[in-house]
Amino acid sequence: MGIIGGFFEWFGNLGIFFWQVLRAAVTPPYEWRELIRQLDEVGSKSFPVVVMAGSAIGVIISLEARYSLSRFGAKSMFPATLVYSVIQVMGPIITGLVVSGRVGAGISAELASMKVTEQIDAIEASAINPYRLLAATRILACILMLPLLTLVSDGCGLLMGWFAQTLVEPLSFHQFIQDGFKGATFSTFLPQTFKTAVYGLIIGLIACFQGMRTRGGAEGVGRAATNSVVLASLFVILADVVLVKFILVVFP
Amino acid sequence: MATAYDIAMKQDRSEKDSGAPVVAVDNLLKTFGSHMVLNGISLSVDRGETLAVLGRSGTGKSVLLRLIIGLETPDSGSVCIHGQNIVGLALDRMGEIRKKMGFLFQQAALYDSLTVAENVAFPLVHHRKDMSRSERGERVKQLLSEVGMEGNLDTMPSDISGGMQKRVGLARALALEPEILLLDEPTAGLDPISSGEIDDLILKLQRERQMASIVVTHDLHSARTIANRLALLDQGNVVIEGTFEDLQQSDIGFVENFLKLS
Repeated sequence: MGIIGGFFEWFGNLGIFFWQVLRAAVTPPYEWRELIRQLDEVGSKSFPVVVMAGSAIGVIISLEARYSLSRFGAKSMFPATLVYSVIQVMGPIITGLVVSGRVGAGISAELASMKVTEQIDAIEASAINPYRLLAATRILACILMLPLLTLVSDGCGLLMGWFAQTLVEPLSFHQFIQDGFKGATFSTFLPQTFKTAVYGLIIGLIACFQGMRTRGGAEGVGRAATNSVVLASLFVILADVVLVKFILVVFP
Repeated sequence: MATAYDIAMKQDRSEKDSGAPVVAVDNLLKTFGSHMVLNGISLSVDRGETLAVLGRSGTGKSVLLRLIIGLETPDSGSVCIHGQNIVGLALDRMGEIRKKMGFLFQQAALYDSLTVAENVAFPLVHHRKDMSRSERGERVKQLLSEVGMEGNLDTMPSDISGGMQKRVGLARALALEPEILLLDEPTAGLDPISSGEIDDLILKLQRERQMASIVVTHDLHSARTIANRLALLDQGNVVIEGTFEDLQQSDIGFVENFLKLS
């Protein structure tokens, strides 16, 4: 089968996997305990790396924006530039990519390791639906946690961006927030934050899919983790392109 | 005191004592790519009976067990559990049948993020919501005691030997008091004394619980001890099926060779 055939086969198998997970997710018994465990795995354990990434983005944008705006005599636009850049653009995509690396690799490696050691078969042989226990819980945890992690990332970005600016040109945090959010409404920022739930779906789905169909021992585990990160990152970026356009149409 | 679950299980079993084999595979064919593993084999096991499946490595013995529990799908043929063909059943419907089966994997397949006790408790946590935490704990201790692993409750699977993992796997397979027990190399990796203890346990289970068991093994001594009947596979076919004496009296060259070298 050629590359194109393999491409369509992969998508077809992904679609079948998604359908099986969806069916399992909406039929009882529900795996609440495992879901809570996964919310902790995805959410609280990604917190440090999201804080660091968000903070770094805030500082970078602050430094670049101050320089660019000064050249055009538009230094007063700095707060709005930082706020809009972080919340509408960089915060969501950076959070998505960081979580794709940290969580996506972790989920696919864990499930791939379970697959090659027959642990997933053992779960199925114990009359427990592995799509419900393993995949649905992880995917739902990613969907629920990504918007919250994005908020954290945005907050850190704004805080550190303000701090970087204040070191050079003192600006009160209150003034910064007032100027940055002037004229903004909930629809200015909320769609961009909640679009990351779609990133969570992409990351969780691809990570679980790659992990649960692994073959080939340790090499297969490594390949599953790598492919999961690469594919999830790529699809997150592509989804962002589509979602940005969608949001601009629905929330003009 | 018997719980509703115990009463329901007892009623369920007495209804099924109608004479039909508990497990019956008919004309099973299974290939992986171009490699044919099972070439139309037919076997059956009754309640209270143990069938040992022997053969050279790679002759499809483990695949047979995986087909019976539904982890693989045959290319053709049927797998009947209490007369119901399970081939092609949906996952959740298959789950109801699997609750009556216990499966011991060749490498035990313990969940490596759970302790020994949590591994054995896993089926109970999911399927015995009627049990309290303390009842579950007692049941886990009892199961681990039966396989000689009561001193390793909080140990992680990575910290015990392969043979000990196999014992824990057996305890987990027995957690839901199955009617059908599928054992893939239960004594592999065990010393002779431990192998004997596992054989005694299987015999005890057969006597007390009247389970239908299929044991895949290379250990002819163990097979002879625990099995009512033996089936010898070669190149995807059942070469001979019968008691150990039937095998000894056979003049089929492969059977003679197999017995001589075992």
